[in-house]
Amino acid sequence: MSTYTLDARNSLCPMPVIKTQNKIAELSAGDILEVTCTDPGALSDIPAWCRINGHLVKETNENDDEVLIIIQVNA
Amino acid sequence: MPQQPVPEQKRAVALISGGLDSLLAAKLMIDQGIHVEGINFYTGFCVEGHTHAIRKKDKAKPKRNNALWSAEQLGIKLHIIDIIDEYKDVLINPKHGYGANMNPCLDCKIFMVSKAKQWMDDNGFDFIITGEVMGQRPMSQRKDLLPVVVRESGADDRLLRPLCAKNLAATLPEREGWVNREELKDFSGRNRKPQMALAKEFGFEDYATPAGGCCFLTDKNYSDKLVDLWQARNKKDYELDDIMLLKVGRHLRPQPHYKLIVSREDGENKFLKGYKKQFATIEIKSHNGPLTLVDGKLNVEDIKLASRIAVRFSQGRDAESVTVKFTAKDGEEQMLDVAPMPASEIKKEWYI
Repeated sequence: MSTYTLDARNSLCPMPVIKTQNKIAELSAGDILEVTCTDPGALSDIPAWCRINGHLVKETNENDDEVLIIIQVNA
Repeated sequence: MPQQPVPEQKRAVALISGGLDSLLAAKLMIDQGIHVEGINFYTGFCVEGHTHAIRKKDKAKPKRNNALWSAEQLGIKLHIIDIIDEYKDVLINPKHGYGANMNPCLDCKIFMVSKAKQWMDDNGFDFIITGEVMGQRPMSQRKDLLPVVVRESGADDRLLRPLCAKNLAATLPEREGWVNREELKDFSGRNRKPQMALAKEFGFEDYATPAGGCCFLTDKNYSDKLVDLWQARNKKDYELDDIMLLKVGRHLRPQPHYKLIVSREDGENKFLKGYKKQFATIEIKSHNGPLTLVDGKLNVEDIKLASRIAVRFSQGRDAESVTVKFTAKDGEEQMLDVAPMPASEIKKEWYI
């Protein structure tokens, strides 16, 4: 199990979702992906995408400028 | 007694836009025992997404992607596919032309179905479904044009439109008995009541009802900005950033060789800050005011004029003098004190 990061800042949904989807396609079950976004819409879209595709959102954090979403692949 | 072979479950890929029709079409197939997965194409012009959420006035709207919401309601996987680069040729050279604005709806539909066909072949699926309803839209869903999509996409009789299938010739999935044609629908025209009744029957609530379609290219103001961009650059081309910026801020072109993008409020200011390294900028320093991106090369007089226009949209609009910082694309900064331009001097034709 490894931890990876994805910078999806300065892109508007659905691009952060597409980037997350494409990155996860390269990872293995159990891997952790930390996604950083600036579009607050990612806070609803990435978890929704994870739910329908069988990945676990372990944590989300939001401050004024950025959103962090931590995902476990095929958990 | 010999064991009967278990019939293989057929698999369909559904074009999911996030609207009601594609949701219903997929649900009809799922209820017939078909394994359905959704596909959603992102062209860069999709209204679906959160561009509107940049603006504070829209913050009360729920931030949800309706294609993902549809997939979740249906309990199916959704594959969102970036077709931004490939879509350029569809928009720039549409074989069947544009609609009322810069919307190449028929070419777009043909392209998306052809991409779905490719995805179907690559992933071992059996047929494609769409939420098209005969006669619902003037360009891409006219009765005489539905066969054009079938033919030119290469999907042929593996393209099934469950909501209007009974109005059309039987497709392969119907002829082979993969789906029961009798359980498909015969919807036609612009009346949405049959779809709303079916949604109620399925228990779907809170589904998306987008006004003005699913694509910015059907919007006149947006299309005007796109045409202006191409004219100013003397070529029909664009990058994703170009078309995103057409959705944000006031766009003014005081001279043919430059354009100003003036943010309208905090959300847009924040968004435009992400482009500060790609454009020259004007920032209001002595008062609260918008960030302005400058697309084009400015001489000394242009910088003064552009600054006076930008200041017009700041809280210093009634002051005698306002201090601004102009930052060139190469990072060189200069401070200027300028008089705000009176509203009467801002020409209507500058607005794009």
